[in-house]
Amino acid sequence: MSFRSAVITFPGSNCDRDMADALEKVSGTAPHRVWHGDAALPDGLDFIALPGGFSYGDYLRSGAMAARSPIMQAVIAAAGKGVPVLGVCNGFQVLTEAGLLPGALMRNAGIRFVCREVKLKVENTQSLFTAGYSAGQQIVIPVAHHDGNYFADAETLDRLEGEGRVAFRYAEPVNGSARDIAGVLNAAGNVLGMMPHPERVIEPAQGGTDGRALFESAVRGLVGA
Amino acid sequence: MKVRVFVSLKNGVLDPQGRAIHHAIEGLGIHGVQDVRAGKMIELEVDASVTDAQLEEMASKLLTNTVIENYRIERVQP
Repeated sequence: MSFRSAVITFPGSNCDRDMADALEKVSGTAPHRVWHGDAALPDGLDFIALPGGFSYGDYLRSGAMAARSPIMQAVIAAAGKGVPVLGVCNGFQVLTEAGLLPGALMRNAGIRFVCREVKLKVENTQSLFTAGYSAGQQIVIPVAHHDGNYFADAETLDRLEGEGRVAFRYAEPVNGSARDIAGVLNAAGNVLGMMPHPERVIEPAQGGTDGRALFESAVRGLVGA
Repeated sequence: MKVRVFVSLKNGVLDPQGRAIHHAIEGLGIHGVQDVRAGKMIELEVDASVTDAQLEEMASKLLTNTVIENYRIERVQP
């Protein structure tokens, strides 16, 4: 059974090809490429990815304009029906701006753009996206962002932690994120947003493979094998 | 009619930009500044038919992220 996925491209997305490449290499099927102005998604999708980049030039707030683009209404509806949605970097910012994930991503505490490999700790290994990792596993995945400082009020943070919705935590100081949160899940577990870029480390030629298990988990969980 | 929407970070939300600006002010040799918070101001030119409720909608649904920001709307008298 083939894996039907879609990668959404906004004006200013720049990791959409990497995301499409990772999905194709891991699943064996090329994803649909969907433009932000499209009103509808292809039918019967197993997986939707919102890639990194600088949609709309980060105008107003990172992800703010993209979250209100026509295709996002379809993405929100699909997420509500349980279709898995992965947002990486700018994609994570879009998911918070669209209200699919709690909290907000603010300017890095150190002001500077951070672009390097970082150590992460896998906190949740029960989700569709993280089942391929082991509990507490430390992995190395690159980040490249200016606005990755995760913020939510204390009550929300307590709830995320209590419900096991923190998927990944930074294992070193990166951007000032509340409780070192690098990736969070929605309540239903079918939406994951994360600042680090798993699609950039799926094969040895990229200098690392720690991101591959995320895509393998999703493919295995959704279409088997 | 001109409308200004002032966007500011909520109390308790750390403002790294404000802190950096504060630091730079001290670099000018000016002391006595206790705190700096950076925000933004968005100016709109609107028809008289645009209602307060519509301005509220624009401000709360798009111009601010109410998780982290507050806004204040000001109609500028001509």
